[in-house]
Amino acid sequence: MKFSEIREHLSKFKVGIAGAGGLGSNCAVALARTGVGTIVLCDYDIVDISNLNRQYYFTEQAGMFKTEALRDNIAGINPDTVIIAHNIELTTQNIPEIFAGCDVIVEAFDRKEMKEMIAETVQSKIPGIPLVMGSGLAGWGNTGSLKCRRIDNTLFVCGDEETEVSDELPPLAPRVGIVANMQADIVVELLMKTKR
Amino acid sequence: MKITLNNRIEELAGDIMTVSEMLDAKKFTFKMRIIKINGVFIPKDKYKTALIHEGDNVQMLYLMSGG
Repeated sequence: MKFSEIREHLSKFKVGIAGAGGLGSNCAVALARTGVGTIVLCDYDIVDISNLNRQYYFTEQAGMFKTEALRDNIAGINPDTVIIAHNIELTTQNIPEIFAGCDVIVEAFDRKEMKEMIAETVQSKIPGIPLVMGSGLAGWGNTGSLKCRRIDNTLFVCGDEETEVSDELPPLAPRVGIVANMQADIVVELLMKTKR
Repeated sequence: MKITLNNRIEELAGDIMTVSEMLDAKKFTFKMRIIKINGVFIPKDKYKTALIHEGDNVQMLYLMSGG
C-alpha cells in the first residue's frame, strides 16, 4: 500500500492520548506524521526544562501547557492532523466523555495508580474501545526486553512490565521513545485493520 | 485444577479459588496489576470475591510507573 493511501485511510480516525509527557508527546508526533486525522490530547501539566530529556518539546516552550505546546509542534509537522486539547486532569468521571468517539485510546501516564485508573475506567465504562498501555521503560539498555503484548482485542501493553522509574533509574529518551512508538505502531495496526 | 495464566497452563490446588487466593498461591509479589478472567476485567476491589474455575483463561499485566 502506498503512503498516500495509508494517510488517506488514517485521516478518517480519532485517537485519544491520556498524558502528554514522554510517552504521550512522542506517540502523538508519530501518529500525526503517519496521518491520523484527529488526536484528543489530555494533560494538565506545563512544560518544564527537565522534561526535555525525553519529551517532544523545545526550550522556548517552558511554562506553556503541554497540550498547547504539542499542538503547535504537531501543526509544524502535519498541519492536517486536528488536535483537540484538554488542559484537565483525567478522572473516572470525565474519561468516558472526553474520549467519546475515539477509535483507540493510548494510556501515556507516568504513575501506575493512574494507569490502573484508566484501565479500569475504559474497560468497564467504554469497553469496546481498545486501550494501548505503556508499562516498564525506565533506565537504559536491554532493548530486547521491550515488547508489545496483546491481552485481547481491547487491551494491549507495550514495555518490559518490569522496570520502574526512580531517582537512580530515570526515564530516558531512547527507551521512552521506543515504547511510545510501539504504542503508536499498535494504533496504526488497529486502524489499518478497521474499514471506514 | 488447570487454568491458563498468560497463555501458559498452570496447575493449582482445588477446584475453585478467588483471585486473591491465586495471587497468594503463585506468590505474585507485584503490587499493581490488571487482571482479566475470560476477557472480563476484574477491578481490584473484587479480588477477594471474583472466582477462578477449572479451565479459565486468566490474563495479567503488570503496571510500572514511568511515562
